[in-house]
Amino acid sequence: MGKIVAVTGNEACAYALKQINPDVCAAYPITPATDLMQRFSGYVSNGQVDTELVLVESEHSAMSACIGAAAAGGRVATATSSQGLALMWEMLYIAAGTRLPIVMPLVNRALSAPLNIHGDHSDGMGARDTGWIQIYSENAQEAYDNLVQSFRIAEHLEIRVPAMVCMDGFIVSHSIERVEYIDDADVKNFVGKFQAVHPLLDLEHPKSYGPLILTDLYHEYKRAQHEVMTKVPGVVLEVAAEFEKMTGRKYGLFEEYRLEDAEIAIVVMSSAAGTTKDIIDQYREKGVKVGLLKPRMFRPFPFTQIAEALKHVNAIAVLDRADSFGGYGPLFSEIAGAVMSMDHKPAMINKIFGLGGRDYLPEQAEQVINELIKISETGKVGAIKEYIGVRE
Amino acid sequence: MTTKALKLKELAKGEDRFAHGHRMCAGCGAPIVVKQVLMATDYPIIAANATGCLEVSSCIQQFTAWKIPWMHSAFENAAATISGIEAMYRSLVKQGKLEDKNVKFIAFGGDGGTYDIGFQALSGAMERGHDMMYICYDNGAYMNTGIQRSSATPFGADTTTCPAGDVIPGKLQNRKDLTRIMAAHGIPYVAQASPANWMDLMKKVQKAFEIKGPKFMNVIAPCNRGWRSRTDDAIALAKLAFETCYWPLYEIENGITKITAKPKEKKPLVDFLKPQGRFKHMFAPGNEYLLEQAQAYVDAQWERLQKEAAFWGEE
Repeated sequence: MGKIVAVTGNEACAYALKQINPDVCAAYPITPATDLMQRFSGYVSNGQVDTELVLVESEHSAMSACIGAAAAGGRVATATSSQGLALMWEMLYIAAGTRLPIVMPLVNRALSAPLNIHGDHSDGMGARDTGWIQIYSENAQEAYDNLVQSFRIAEHLEIRVPAMVCMDGFIVSHSIERVEYIDDADVKNFVGKFQAVHPLLDLEHPKSYGPLILTDLYHEYKRAQHEVMTKVPGVVLEVAAEFEKMTGRKYGLFEEYRLEDAEIAIVVMSSAAGTTKDIIDQYREKGVKVGLLKPRMFRPFPFTQIAEALKHVNAIAVLDRADSFGGYGPLFSEIAGAVMSMDHKPAMINKIFGLGGRDYLPEQAEQVINELIKISETGKVGAIKEYIGVRE
Repeated sequence: MTTKALKLKELAKGEDRFAHGHRMCAGCGAPIVVKQVLMATDYPIIAANATGCLEVSSCIQQFTAWKIPWMHSAFENAAATISGIEAMYRSLVKQGKLEDKNVKFIAFGGDGGTYDIGFQALSGAMERGHDMMYICYDNGAYMNTGIQRSSATPFGADTTTCPAGDVIPGKLQNRKDLTRIMAAHGIPYVAQASPANWMDLMKKVQKAFEIKGPKFMNVIAPCNRGWRSRTDDAIALAKLAFETCYWPLYEIENGITKITAKPKEKKPLVDFLKPQGRFKHMFAPGNEYLLEQAQAYVDAQWERLQKEAAFWGEE
């Protein structure tokens, strides 16, 4: 068993990167992810890692340098947040389209305007369609564990897809929690040696990366990218099973909490799931059959598995920490997509909560459960989409 | 590795690392620049390429003209991309995972991808001190998207976004002096070159490859589509650019400016402007002031360069 420490989410992720020892990291500071790479820089300066740290002049260049480094043929990581991810947007598609297994902790933060440095999922949801794997973490332990696993997932020879590991800005990145670290040797062994595929640095076999491909084959390239994403869930589960053997900590595509016999359910990601579980326990004591589903892997989205897990519930509230203005919350849309395949369709409501770091309070979870109880009893849904925790 | 002898006979026998069959326009200056750069050395080279004419025409679908490892990722980031490749090379060599083969790293970009949208990434990579060379092939506009003005477009030029009209006579601003801006980064080697003076260009490439750290070369690359000139006059126009001192050939090595070739006789700028359709309106009656203004700018720039070189005793 590894040592037990009291650390922040950023600290835990920096430590995971130290244990993994990537060949190149290229990064640019941004709140609240700054602290992560700052800590990692200390490992570099003290010779505790072999990493070449490229301190670029923007996030766009951070991702560009990561893309160059990954194509060159080695293990690559960076970290960012919010506006930084937004600035990378163009390069995120190129990293995925070029099938480069870059790993990036994303410390979820609101997007401007107005400027706000606190946690919500607007940044990650904006990168939903980039072709990256997205894994969301509830707490520092999950962020650490997911980061260790993500290298194995991204670098898996059958997929080679970049991955972002998400945790809530400040709520997880800056809160000190109990985390169980894995031994250095075990991490090293688990992650294994990097296997280069068509590296640019292979001078004997020169490769051209980044061709122009127009109407004759672009469509087929994109279908190939879609097809590879269908293989990701299998890889994620395979890596999780091995991880469980090593640590005893179990991970799936999503977490189910008291969902098995639930009549009503809340679907929510990341740190808000913790608060929700506490309130669910209170309602369970009162005899209310309420459960929770917490997606871990948001991209690719495990539609069929989630549909199976939710098939017996009458009413679902999907809590989104991001909005698609003029549309439903992004998580709601995915759950609605999963529900589409069910014979018996549950009633669904969508609550937008916690934007820009607004606290998600126990009362909000209670309010949602009370509404679900009413919907379950009457079969009547009021407003489908609604903001909660708003100051009126 | 010893520096390769620059003898035409020998060079002609060497392997072409930028192959025939690319789809650049007939008479384009850019592939000539690329060939001269690659021909100057036998070092292993890895190149990054900004989106642009050179990139879209040299690697299409399963076909590539590059016989060296080559990467294009986006428009504004050739410098950042090559810096990542170079960092990975250093990392793997340092860790003993890769043999050091004295690989040289080049980024190629047009003036749009270098002077404008890629300027930040270029400046950053130079400041970080990567062991790389950035080569800008400067054709003075966004030729790939259809001849839009860039900050490298010369004063007076007619482009599709600054067309010479009844009220506005082409581009109203002078070129950005990028070569000097790169020199201001304090990097060990900056040079301006021309494919018409191939020996001078190749010597500069050779010199640059013997220097550790970031290097920048700005190379004029005539574009007959954008310059509205004859298909076969790329080299003739590059020569006129040199002879009129529109495009002086010089280098700044460790801060010391040296003019590497001087025309025997400085020709009037109109000799360079006249064969190009993009300057045609400047020759219309009543527009003499445009020609005077363009000449005055070239004169002032040339004057300053000579003074700088004289200051270092390198005139």
